This record gives sequence, structure tokens and C-alpha cells, in this order.
Amino acid sequence: MAEGLKKARVVIREDECKGCGLCIAICPEGVLFEQKHLNRMGYHPAGYRGEGCTGCGFCFYQCPEPGAITVYKKGYVEEEVA
Amino acid sequence: MAKALIKADSFYEIYERKDGIKDVTHYCPGCGHGVLHKLIAEALDDFGIREKSILISPVGCSVFAYYYFRLGNIQAAHGRAPAVATGIKRVHPESVVISYQGDGDLAAIGGNNILQAANRGENITVFFVNNAIYGMTGGQMAPTTLIGQKTTTTPYGRNVVNEGYPVRVCELLATLDAPVYIERVALTDAKNTSKVRRAVRKALQNQIDNKGFSLVEVLSACPSNWKMTPVQAKQWVEDNLIKQFPLGVYKDLTDQIKPKKAEKQVFSVDGLKEKLNIPMEEEKYSTSVKEAKEFRNMKLKIAGFGGQGILLLGLGMAQAAMQAGYNVSWLPSYGPEMRGGTANCHVNISKERIGSPLVSKPTVVIAMNLPSMEKFQSEIEPGGLLLYDTSLITQKPVRDDIKVLGIPATQIADNLGNTRIANMVIMGAFIAYTSVLDKQAVINALPFFIKRKNLIPLNEKAIVEGMNYVLSSN
Repeated sequence: MAEGLKKARVVIREDECKGCGLCIAICPEGVLFEQKHLNRMGYHPAGYRGEGCTGCGFCFYQCPEPGAITVYKKGYVEEEVA
Repeated sequence: MAKALIKADSFYEIYERKDGIKDVTHYCPGCGHGVLHKLIAEALDDFGIREKSILISPVGCSVFAYYYFRLGNIQAAHGRAPAVATGIKRVHPESVVISYQGDGDLAAIGGNNILQAANRGENITVFFVNNAIYGMTGGQMAPTTLIGQKTTTTPYGRNVVNEGYPVRVCELLATLDAPVYIERVALTDAKNTSKVRRAVRKALQNQIDNKGFSLVEVLSACPSNWKMTPVQAKQWVEDNLIKQFPLGVYKDLTDQIKPKKAEKQVFSVDGLKEKLNIPMEEEKYSTSVKEAKEFRNMKLKIAGFGGQGILLLGLGMAQAAMQAGYNVSWLPSYGPEMRGGTANCHVNISKERIGSPLVSKPTVVIAMNLPSMEKFQSEIEPGGLLLYDTSLITQKPVRDDIKVLGIPATQIADNLGNTRIANMVIMGAFIAYTSVLDKQAVINALPFFIKRKNLIPLNEKAIVEGMNYVLSSN
């Protein structure tokens, strides 16, 4: 059996983000931020600083877009992604 | 606990809504609909009920929900989602039926629909998204708009003197006996959002367990129409909306209700026939009469006093013609009086499909009193037929481009001992003259529209007399 994720991780699909900022506002760790560049829809997408996500999932349940945010918790087995 | 939070399987991968971007919803940034969609989709995934779930989209911003949810979908007329859900659930009790509605849809135009569905205790799940405004149409006042709240139709703020008070749906419905579970939640911070998630799952579980009607009201932000940023809008829900619409469980009988057995409510045809006193054996009778060409698509107007059996005459014709293989329609029109007023009905008898039951240019007018003849003879198509009762109408018709058949129907009926069968004398004259039906076709149909069986022989006699009058005078 494959080893699970050592750290939780949040993945943001920038192209699906409408820049509403709710995920950034809710994140208890402050690891999400508004990016400078514009995406294909003209929004400043949210981004992950790359460190510090605890996998709490608050951002997932704030985000109105079905597929914009994915949260992988600690222990998640990568192979399942495919 | 799942090790990942991923887009639910109950969503389509690609939304085939329009050209262009197909992987994002049409909702505005920060809209509550998307979050509630996610919570519902996640629950459907987790409960394994996606395949048997049917979501009714309303009119409003969430009108396009069917582009996103990979389930059975129907989009209902404004406010009618609970009625549509009722129909679907009763025909498919094994399915999970979700009525998804906004506040304009549910609380305004659909106010009575939700009230009656809740009162019947339909075993459905209703998600009621309340953002205190009409979103899709651009921010008009809704029944739920707060006092003082500015909308495009309340530019000075909602004033109770003019517009009344915000409607509290959960409180209203909780007074009813039938609903099982009613809760108001809010899509705001993480804690409240997790309560929404729990409520969504409970409302669905109740339906799966056949417990009855569940409604979850979800207070939700509309940043676009409130003219706020999404973050400000969430705060506005906390600071204002929740004050007017307190969160909490307004009714919960979940633990007390015993699951009702899901049974299809099917009325047996024989059982209904017995109740309505309709003969069990429906004899199919094919007319052998050669159709007169000019009466191939017959449009009748039958008129007279109320009490003359005008409507029954039309109904009898339609019934007999239907059993003889014609397409028919029968449209009654009458005043509130049982006797003495005027009555008329429109009847179509056709070998072709009938577009409208309404007859505005009749090919046949049957007039059983003078006002009816005066009123309707001008409408008859040239070459058509005016059939009238000469016992009651002493004037002659004025039209000379139509066929005219007068018969002293009431007198003949009186001679048979009952003036009230004048309508069947007319029936006899009509079928003898037009050959659209033969005698046997009408006799076969008699038990279907004459309730008192002992009167059938007399009616038969009246039909024969009417026929004889026409045949002997030709």
C-alpha cells in the first residue's frame, strides 16, 4: 500500500476561480492569498502559499465553484487522484 | 472522514450550458447557490442516491441547476416546484425528490404551493434559499426583503406601511401538523456552514427513511444585488438577515415519526368505475355508418335553458362518438344556476386530431330556446346545420345559406310522458339527419352518461322518436 500524504495540501484551479475572496477570508492559517495576475475570466484568482495548509476544509465549503478548490488531507493516498 | 474534499460525482464534469467556458457555474462571485449545490451534491454522493435523485429547478438564479447536477432534472414553472415534486414523488416513491427554490419563487408566487405541499406532508425535501431579494431579475423587493432594505423597487428602503413585513417561512410552516423537519440555517462562517451541511443531510435522510416533508431554509448572500463584496455580504447575513430570520430548528419530529411505507398510490380502474357507477365492460363499437362528407369534422354548439339537458346532450354525443372511434371534445359553459339560466356546450367530433375544444365557427348549432337561436345562428358556417326545437321557438331562422331542421322535440317528449327527455329526441333527430352516428352507437353509450338505469328505456324511446320524425319527413 502506498504511503499517504505527509502534509495536507490545497489545490486551486485558477481558471475556475471567480476571485470572490471567501476562501482567503475564512482560512484560519492565512495561507491563501489573492494573486496579482488575471485569469481567463478577468478575476484575480486565489492562490496557495505552498506551506501551512492543515486540511481543515473551511475554504472548500466557502467556495461556490464546484471544482475550483480541492483539499487533500494528511494521509491521503496520491494514487487515488488519478 | 474522507481524506480529500473533491468536486462531487453528482456534478457534471462539463456544463453544457452554452458556448465558451463550460467548467464554471453561471453564479456570481461569492453566491450562496454554489455552496449549497456543493453540500447537496456531496450528500447525494455520500448516501449513494445520485442515480435515483430528481431535482426540480425553480425560476430564479438557480433555474439552471440542471446544467450542474448529474441527476434527474426537471425545471418547473415559477413557484410550482413543490407541486411538480409532489407529482413525481407520488409516481416514483422510490426516488429522492428535491425541490430547490429561492425566496421570490417559494415565498411570493409559489407561496400557496409550498404551503399546501407542506400541509399534505409530501415526502419530499425542499431547499429554500433566502437572500431577501429577487436576484435573477436584478434586485427587486422579495417577500423576505428586510425592513428598510433598498432594492430597485423599494429605492427608499422597504417601508412596512407600503410593503408590509418580511415573511418568515419556517415559522409559518412550522404551525402545520404535517411537516416533519423545518430548520433555518445560514451560509456564513465555518460553523454555520457545517450546520447547513448537517441540515441538508438530515432533510435528505428523512425522505430516504419515508418520514415525510422536510424543509431547510438557507440564508444566503447575494453580493451582486446587495452591492457588496462577497466578504461584506457574508457579514451582512450575520449582522442583518439572521436578526430578522433567527436560525434554529422550528420543527423536528424526526425521532417520533414512524417511517411510512412507500407505496405507489394507484387507483384501480375497476375500483373507480364501481365508485362512479360506470359499467365495467366498455364495449368498443365501430360505426358502420357511412360518414356524410360535410360532417366529417363536426363542430357543434348546443344551447338552451339550464335544465333542458343541454350539457348532457353534448356529453352523450361526445361519449357515443368516442366509443365509435372518433376524436371528441366537450366543453361546457353555464351560469351558476342549476335551472333557469342559459347553458351551452361546445362539442367536436372529428376523424382528425382536435386542436382546440373551443368552437367559434360551428358547423352545427342546436338551439333549444329562442335566445340561443338568435345568438348563435349567425355563427354557423355557410352550408352548416341549424337544428332547433319548434315547440319552443316559433320564429323562423333568418339564414338562407344553411340547412335548417326544425323538430317539435319538447312536444314529442311531452307525448312520451316527460318533457325532460326532449334532449334525447334532439339526439335522435341529429343522428338520423347527419348519419355521423348510428342508433346502436348512441344506445351503447347511454349507460355511460345516464346515471339512473331505470330511465334508460325512456331515453331510448325518445331517441327512436326523434329519428322517426326526421326519417318520415324526408
